[in-house]
Amino acid sequence: MRRVRPGRLLLAGFAVLVCVFLQLPLLIVFPISFSSAQYLQFPPPGWSLQWYERYLNSPNWLTPTWLSLKVAMATTALSLLLGVPLAFGLTRARFWGRDAIEKLSMAPIIVPTIVLSIALYGLFANLKLIGAWYGIAIAHTLLALPFVVVVVVAGLRDFDVNQELAALGLGASRWRAVWHVTLPQIRPSLVSAAFLAFISSFDELVVAMFLGGANMTLPKKMFDNIRMEIDPTIAAISALQIVLVSALLALAARFGRGGGMPGR
Amino acid sequence: MAAQEVRDADLRVDGVAKRYGAVVALGGVSLSVAAGEFLTILGPSGSGKTTLLKVVAGFEFPDAGRVTVGGADITDVSPAKRNIGMVFQNYALFPHMSVARNIAFPLQMRGVPKSEIDRRVIQAMALVELQGYGERLPSQLSGGQQQRVALARAVVFDPTLLLLDEPFGALDRKLRESMQLEVRRLQRRLGLTTVFITHDQEEALVLSDRIAVMDGGAIRQIGAPDEIYDRPADDFVAQFIGESNLLVGEIAAPDRVVLDGGTSVTVRGLDGGHGRVRLLVRPEKMAIDSATNRFTGTIVEAVYLGEAHKLRVKVAEGVELLVRGHRAVPTGARVTVGFAPEDAHVIRGAG
Repeated sequence: MRRVRPGRLLLAGFAVLVCVFLQLPLLIVFPISFSSAQYLQFPPPGWSLQWYERYLNSPNWLTPTWLSLKVAMATTALSLLLGVPLAFGLTRARFWGRDAIEKLSMAPIIVPTIVLSIALYGLFANLKLIGAWYGIAIAHTLLALPFVVVVVVAGLRDFDVNQELAALGLGASRWRAVWHVTLPQIRPSLVSAAFLAFISSFDELVVAMFLGGANMTLPKKMFDNIRMEIDPTIAAISALQIVLVSALLALAARFGRGGGMPGR
Repeated sequence: MAAQEVRDADLRVDGVAKRYGAVVALGGVSLSVAAGEFLTILGPSGSGKTTLLKVVAGFEFPDAGRVTVGGADITDVSPAKRNIGMVFQNYALFPHMSVARNIAFPLQMRGVPKSEIDRRVIQAMALVELQGYGERLPSQLSGGQQQRVALARAVVFDPTLLLLDEPFGALDRKLRESMQLEVRRLQRRLGLTTVFITHDQEEALVLSDRIAVMDGGAIRQIGAPDEIYDRPADDFVAQFIGESNLLVGEIAAPDRVVLDGGTSVTVRGLDGGHGRVRLLVRPEKMAIDSATNRFTGTIVEAVYLGEAHKLRVKVAEGVELLVRGHRAVPTGARVTVGFAPEDAHVIRGAG
């Protein structure tokens, strides 16, 4: 018989509590999204798909959704394009000030978003970028970059540099060695980085409020909806968002696994 | 495989120096490897042997000196353009590619047509006896099989030179011995000029045409295995290769040395003069009840090795002799040991 230690039991209890706490909102949001009532009300008096219908038939909702998707995808591409080379530089090159640059690349996480937003507003106003979707994408790239750098740097630190040397010795140029040997092996990090970048943009409200102008991203539209009318449409959208993120997570888990593990 | 003629390339290293900050990794090393020769660079870790190999492979650029292969100066050529095959210590097989794709990689990088790649990959897999393993991933292979893949990948593109960086370190003893012989056979068959790096002196003796012993970023001695073993140039070489008894003394007369303990011994090939010398006598050349150069002492350790007995004999305060022979003698016994004059190798100069 295995003895159950009290410490373990306590830990298990705590873990269950945390899980319940994290899942609780879902238990509210999902039922409300299927509510037949006209207002946010829990528990719902009856069931219907009206809020999903309203969302899917309303340009007022779909336009912000497409905008958010577009911005999130551009942010993902842009932050990988900048972040991956930066991560290579930070792990491989030896140059003066490397540590400082590595710390500095975390700055967007440290600076309060509202401060960043005000600063960007001033800058973007001069550049006539306010209201442009790519303006928001550029700002979101700034916010996503730290995640990409942290995750890819970690992946590259675990990567055996001899692999790349071997590729060079076998006749590959530096570019082809990175493309055929290094990137496929750090794919799990790349997938995680892309996922984080996408989510951080898709979910972002503050920057989008400052820089969006008349254009509304989905979070901003939801925010306005809560302030103005409060109907269960946002519950339906939240439910859809949760499904989307879960699907992305599942995809990341599926394609983010390493190919073969290095032999020992 | 085609292009047999390019394989007959010799390697020359001339005055190659490399330092990392204040640390001198290579202090002006020169050596040459004849076409088709198997040369081993033997040394302890930190001796500079790996740095030298990296300079030859192109992964490190020397501060001074030249590297030429087949008469062509490759010192400033990028590793991708050197056409040198290399087997890494941990093989560095690409874990996300199948065995066949690993072996095809150098051919793809050279733009070889697909049909010819297939043909040569099959040929290379046959060469290392891995037929039918093409679709496996490296992680699905044993250590010995992984090494064969690494070897096939290193020779499939007809390199001018083959570099082996301690490739047997990860294998168990039995597999190591069979892989050593296999590598040697393959190397002879392909006529590949080969530089092999190891810290294992036994491996070096078994495999090499010649051995270069390195220490402190310099080559201490270069020569055939028996030359290195029987006539080491200095104490370091003597002690690094095999076990040895080093007896310190003073030249008294031609062929006569008085050891520091007072014992007078006879040697061969010492034409007189003055000064300090060291006598190297290998344990297997020491014999119990020898007729000449006798020492009496007590056995302090007796180890049975299977094919021989190894005895540690204390002959004077602080002086112990190693004896390797076929007689079992218990610890504590009094014995007389000695060696024949021709079995002592004289190293001149102070140690």
